[in-house]
Amino acid sequence: MAIRKRFSPLPGFGLSLGYTIFYLSVIVLIPLSAVGAKTIGMGWEAFWAAASNPRVVASYELSFGASLLAAAINVVFGLIFAWVLVRYRFPGKGLVDALVDLPFALPTAVAGIALATIYAENGPIGSLLKPHGIEVAYNPNGVLLALVFIGLPFVVRTVQPVLADLEKEVEEAAAGLGASRWQTFVKVILPHVTPALLTGFAMAFARAVGEYGSVIFIAGNVPMVSEITPLMIITKLEQYDYAGATAVASVMLIFSFILLLVINALQGWMQNRYSKGA
Amino acid sequence: MSIAIRNISKHFGAFHALDDVSIDIPSGELVALLGPSGCGKTTLLRIIAGLESADAGRILLEGDDASDRHVRDRNVGFVFQHYALFRHMTVFENVAFGLRVKPRKFRPSENEIRKRVTRLLDLVQLGWLADRYPSQLSGGQRQRIALARALAVEPKVLLLDEPFGALDAKVRKELRRWLRQLHDEIHVTSVFVTHDQEEALEVSDRIVVMNKGGVEQIGSPDQVYDHPATPFVASFLGSVNLFHGRVEDGHLHVGEHALAVGAGQLATEKAVGFVRPHEFDVLPANAPGSGLPGKILRVIAIGPLAQVELLRPDGELLEVAILRDTLSVLGLREGDEVSLRPRNIRVFQNDNERLAA
Amino acid sequence: MSATIALQPGALERHETPTTREPAWVKVLLIGIALTFFTVFLLFPLFAVFIEAFRKGWGTYLAALSSQDALAAIRLTLLTAAIAVPLNLVFGVAAAWSIAKFEFPGKRLLITLIDLPFSVSPVISGLIYVLLFGAQGWFGEWFAAHDIKILFAVPGIVLATVFVTFPFVARELIPLMEAQGSEEEEAAVVLGASGWQVFWHTTLPNIKWGLLYGVILCNARAMGEFGAVSVVSGHIRGMTNTMPLHVEILYNEYNYAAAFAVASLLALLAIVTLGLKTLVERQTRKQQTESLALENAS
Repeated sequence: MAIRKRFSPLPGFGLSLGYTIFYLSVIVLIPLSAVGAKTIGMGWEAFWAAASNPRVVASYELSFGASLLAAAINVVFGLIFAWVLVRYRFPGKGLVDALVDLPFALPTAVAGIALATIYAENGPIGSLLKPHGIEVAYNPNGVLLALVFIGLPFVVRTVQPVLADLEKEVEEAAAGLGASRWQTFVKVILPHVTPALLTGFAMAFARAVGEYGSVIFIAGNVPMVSEITPLMIITKLEQYDYAGATAVASVMLIFSFILLLVINALQGWMQNRYSKGA
Repeated sequence: MSIAIRNISKHFGAFHALDDVSIDIPSGELVALLGPSGCGKTTLLRIIAGLESADAGRILLEGDDASDRHVRDRNVGFVFQHYALFRHMTVFENVAFGLRVKPRKFRPSENEIRKRVTRLLDLVQLGWLADRYPSQLSGGQRQRIALARALAVEPKVLLLDEPFGALDAKVRKELRRWLRQLHDEIHVTSVFVTHDQEEALEVSDRIVVMNKGGVEQIGSPDQVYDHPATPFVASFLGSVNLFHGRVEDGHLHVGEHALAVGAGQLATEKAVGFVRPHEFDVLPANAPGSGLPGKILRVIAIGPLAQVELLRPDGELLEVAILRDTLSVLGLREGDEVSLRPRNIRVFQNDNERLAA
Repeated sequence: MSATIALQPGALERHETPTTREPAWVKVLLIGIALTFFTVFLLFPLFAVFIEAFRKGWGTYLAALSSQDALAAIRLTLLTAAIAVPLNLVFGVAAAWSIAKFEFPGKRLLITLIDLPFSVSPVISGLIYVLLFGAQGWFGEWFAAHDIKILFAVPGIVLATVFVTFPFVARELIPLMEAQGSEEEEAAVVLGASGWQVFWHTTLPNIKWGLLYGVILCNARAMGEFGAVSVVSGHIRGMTNTMPLHVEILYNEYNYAAAFAVASLLALLAIVTLGLKTLVERQTRKQQTESLALENAS
């Protein structure tokens, strides 16, 4: 396969691209295609039976529902975080800015056991909530909580630079034209950060749907109630039901690829929006 | 080393950057590639260097075909528009780079490198900056370091891409003179790209005027300025006033007025006359002889010169430059009617070619 | 899509004037919300790890860490990262070089494909290697016949880790090198530098911070990966347990103190990662200011 490139005086194109494609194929493309091949190999009926099993469907509802809700919560709090970090000075700001990325850096299993411990009914926060009739751990609330934790940095880190880039003059112009601070926020600032918010939302959502480690410790994993889809794959694998696991996996993969396209489109939109110097 | 450019063509997708361009550059000359942005001048410079490949045509260096030679082996010096200094190296190391990366066999000794870099830094008068980093230099200093770095490998050809483009007006003027002097000292064949006609006229031995991927005219600064070969050259170099009309019996007829253009001019229905602002005599309206009537709208004094804006009978504006003294001797003021007498008029057949005005 | 964040260029703070300032109560309210959320969601879990780890004192803590199984898990985690990170580092540099310095058709597609592992659930990242190397997998029989164990053994763990950390270095370097352009490299080539000299003397010094950033994030994920590794490991104590897997086992055995002791090491890794990350970001910002000065000067 010859790839025609434009002339360049720089060396190493063939070597670097060749190695890139080789390594990409060996590590990512060939292994991933195994899921496709296995799914096609099992036939439609077997696929449908595995993918539409009621327990699996219940897990889709939980995974997708909780992920959507978590991403929505992250949009609100992510925007507040980004806003506060860009606009205000306050003690401990440096620490907050650095630790926003904790969910990225902290291994998910560690996050999982830590959240489960804190929010369990005998944990420091769980015990405070219990008298009010709020139970967080070992039910769908726990799933939501873990997913909010894991998704926060996506929104903060996509919105933060965009908010910082917004020229002050634009806001001053709005104020000069008679807009109140709230009007300026709604009509000028919010539209500016909308593409970034949507991108962050989609990223947090996509990550949440696939998340495993931080969720399983706090979810309780009750069949039909608090089982997430990734756990269904593991459960089927442990029963040596490779076909069933693959069927559920391919449903998730198709969904992930659609989200990936959406995110790419959103990022394209962002680039257009922000590079033309709004 | 002489450069011969033979029938070079280059396109990017559907865009023709260069279309069958041929130029000869004699050894030791300082040549300007002049044209508006997008005319292909930078592409041509990069093709000469070997930083870009041509779709068709050859580049001969000193008579040898260098078209397939890698940029490393062409022995050219290239000064990039934004200098491309290595920002993590000191000025000294930047200039020494070309010597240090030579294969061991050809690499000069450390002592020799030191001597040569010092000499070059002295040549560009920046020896005292040897230990600084590029970010600590002014634009003009960077420009000169970039030049010293290019010269360190003793290139047979020096290529400069918009060498003064990123500098402010005052520094640009200084560096222009300095580059000319430097060239007179070292006499290496040099080609520089510019869109600034003043720069080309002041610095170069020879100007190649380019437009839309082709060569419009090649000549000395005087030639291209005084005897433009095409309407494009006439309008691109300096400002001009245009007169559309027809040529008959050695006159250009503009409306009901006629301007003498010499008997040699072929009769044609559609012609354009070009007159530069300083090529008019301005006389009071009642002066004897025939001329083009005009009304003075505005007089702007620029030092000893007066830039006069006039309204032509056909409603178009006209720009004339004359000495302020002349204006006051004639007693002309804004609002006065005058008679304009072109001293020099160049006529081109107007075959609907679009003119850059 | 990213499971990480791109290196943040430019200062992320603005100077405010009276017209662009909110009433004080709004400011206090917003900071209050952010700090509360921060404390409850981020700070508490982090503290909890260390508090639980030391609940039964230093003795228990050290005993948990120096048990045979814990030491084996630490060794395996270090080994896995020591293989996965360099592999993805070399790949990242090669990919960024070809993508950022050359024009060729299919480039955007290639970038999307490189990001693919980030949009795949960790569990699926493990599953694909089960499908490849499992008993009924594509290559399973061949490897079984040659008595090579991939699945439920160290090679499988390494492969799954390489997969999940695949894009980290590449996705840091690609935008960075694209933004830097090729002028310095071209200048080096004109001056006679060879391919290696160009990379070593001009490209590498310009990307070193971005590269380090990618490596730090790649390493953190490699050491902390749980889902993918959990699928392919088989959880054989002392053999195929990485640190996160060891944490899980101890936790499920209600051996909380030991679980959190091992977890505290991973939390420490996260803290170091974030510290280094902040440091590198500061460096890049400095470099960026300098190069900005380089472009605007005259």
